Amino acid sequence: MVTGDAPALPPVAPPPAAPPSATLTGRHPWLSVLWSAARTPRGVVGLTMALFVLLVAVIGPAVSPHSPDALMTLTFAKPSSQFPLGGDFLGRDVLSRVLNGGWLLLLMAVAATAIGIVVGAAAGMSAAYMRGAPDGIIMRTVDVILAFPQLVFALLLLSLLGPKLWLIVLAVGLSHAPAVARVIRSATLDVSERDYVKVAELQGMRPAKVMTKEILPNLISPLMVEAGLRLTYSIVIIAGLAFLGFGQPPPAANWGTMINENRIGLQLNPWAVIAPAALIALLTIGTNTFTDAVARVTIGVDRRPEEAAMLDDLGPEQA
Amino acid sequence: MATATAPAEPTVPAEPTVPERNEHPLLLLTARRLGIGVITLFVVSVIVFWATEVLPGNAAYAVLGRNANPARLHALERQLHLNQGLLAQYWTWLSGLFTGKLGASLANGQPVWGLVEPRLINSAVLVFVTGLIGTVIGVTLGAIAALRKDGWFDHITSVAALTVTSLPEFIVAIGLIILFSTVVLHWLPAVSLLPPGTYAWSQPELLILPVATLVIVIVPYIFRMMRAAMIEALESDYVEMARLKGVPEWRIVLGHALPNSIAPTIQVIGLNFLYLAGGVVLVEYVFNYPGIGQGLVFAVDNRDIPVIQFIVVVLAAFYVCVNIGSDVVALLATPRRRIPR
Repeated sequence: MVTGDAPALPPVAPPPAAPPSATLTGRHPWLSVLWSAARTPRGVVGLTMALFVLLVAVIGPAVSPHSPDALMTLTFAKPSSQFPLGGDFLGRDVLSRVLNGGWLLLLMAVAATAIGIVVGAAAGMSAAYMRGAPDGIIMRTVDVILAFPQLVFALLLLSLLGPKLWLIVLAVGLSHAPAVARVIRSATLDVSERDYVKVAELQGMRPAKVMTKEILPNLISPLMVEAGLRLTYSIVIIAGLAFLGFGQPPPAANWGTMINENRIGLQLNPWAVIAPAALIALLTIGTNTFTDAVARVTIGVDRRPEEAAMLDDLGPEQA
Repeated sequence: MATATAPAEPTVPAEPTVPERNEHPLLLLTARRLGIGVITLFVVSVIVFWATEVLPGNAAYAVLGRNANPARLHALERQLHLNQGLLAQYWTWLSGLFTGKLGASLANGQPVWGLVEPRLINSAVLVFVTGLIGTVIGVTLGAIAALRKDGWFDHITSVAALTVTSLPEFIVAIGLIILFSTVVLHWLPAVSLLPPGTYAWSQPELLILPVATLVIVIVPYIFRMMRAAMIEALESDYVEMARLKGVPEWRIVLGHALPNSIAPTIQVIGLNFLYLAGGVVLVEYVFNYPGIGQGLVFAVDNRDIPVIQFIVVVLAAFYVCVNIGSDVVALLATPRRRIPR
């Protein structure tokens, strides 16, 4: 891990290359980044995968042929024309459960990502811009939270306060914040040295306003890449917690829970496990591949912010 | 190594006076990292301990739940030392961490240390074997991909790495179980059930699938960093210079490019050990592998607070130690970073 106390990590992102033309056409710069990422081959593949899963999760409940909770067939029944994916460990229709089991996972992952990005970016920006004592306090706090593996952090909170869904979202969101803070801090250190920031300061702009009006708009590239990465990790962790049994309470359908419930019947009806597992895999591969496309468009090289920082810090010396 | 001769950062001309080179820069930096590590661990221990205090009501009540009656509450409060002052409680617990007197599990009354110790060893075996195999595979693949940049090997491995980094570890584990032990083939055991009191190495075949899962998960990260750093090194001036001087390609790779790309890779390897501290939780659970990850899940299920506290502190300590270790090794591999900036 790049030490939080390295005085000045080299720029994570170069000055925003994309915005000028985009702002002229009146579009938001982040929209134009998304648009150009979506037109790269990787972007197309990633977006298609993620959108497919999104479609299944959102439209699923409306088109599900049976009730997800009704006992309709035999335990681990083989696929049939009436039940295309067979039955689960209680004899419920796997297809209906798959169609109903995704939307909450997506919702929770998006919420957790939003929390992580907002808290992390605010902390990282404040640390870099205010320097001195606030910087020290924020980055030491970051070090402490980073000492808990994300899943363990969530498990600790859940064990203390009980398995509540909002707590899962909060725990996962907060466990993202330190990593986001580090990336945003080093990007801010770079941006805050620029002339237009100095000008704004000399004009007597308040620090809070300098941060939101002058610095934040120049952090969209690392912020977008971070948001994509954290969304993937949120899905991974929240699905993992559901797999461990920390999700919605039993009768509810949930992809993570389904994999765990039905894996004892892998020999009888593997589809009860394969279908939810494939959807989770498609979703995370999709979001991660699209994030990679965004990183290539905004940062220009095929590496993530944290990798770039490490390379600049310790990598082969540049000529 | 070319970096050893490089002066301080040339890009920072504003630096009024370049600080004198310290006599023992490595020692100083290591001591500093150690100090920060100890403080971090202390804060972690306070948080983990204090966390049980924020339980609504008190811990004893939360554990007993509906079974609470005054007598049982009182007994449990004494067992958890809740009848002492907060500071005294913390002291009892903290000194217990060092002396092994961690109290008894709330689930079955056995001593916490006796419950966790065999699990610790099993997890350590899993993490160590995984780290070793993953590092060798990741570094080798990364170096080959960099040497064959934009070739078919590079393209295939890069896309594969991107795909695999996206996958949750329990999905990889389930995939391997479907492939190798249930649906497609029946080569390996789907669960790693060990008789109580035996260690993982007594039945190595039980280790194969858990290790394979974790290796698959960590290799892409090491691969990506090794490839990126190696490419950067191969495009540098000193490699160009060496080529012009007629140094054979194998010596350029082994003597110039490899040593210079190893430092960021070491950091990523460190990060992957850190990841393993959390990654073992799901993988051990999937395979029923008796390590601390599975122990943590069981303890959380039972709200077995002494066990949870101990396992979380152990994982955090591992985290901090690996962090310091990888920082120091990276410093050893990057002479220019030892000059204070």
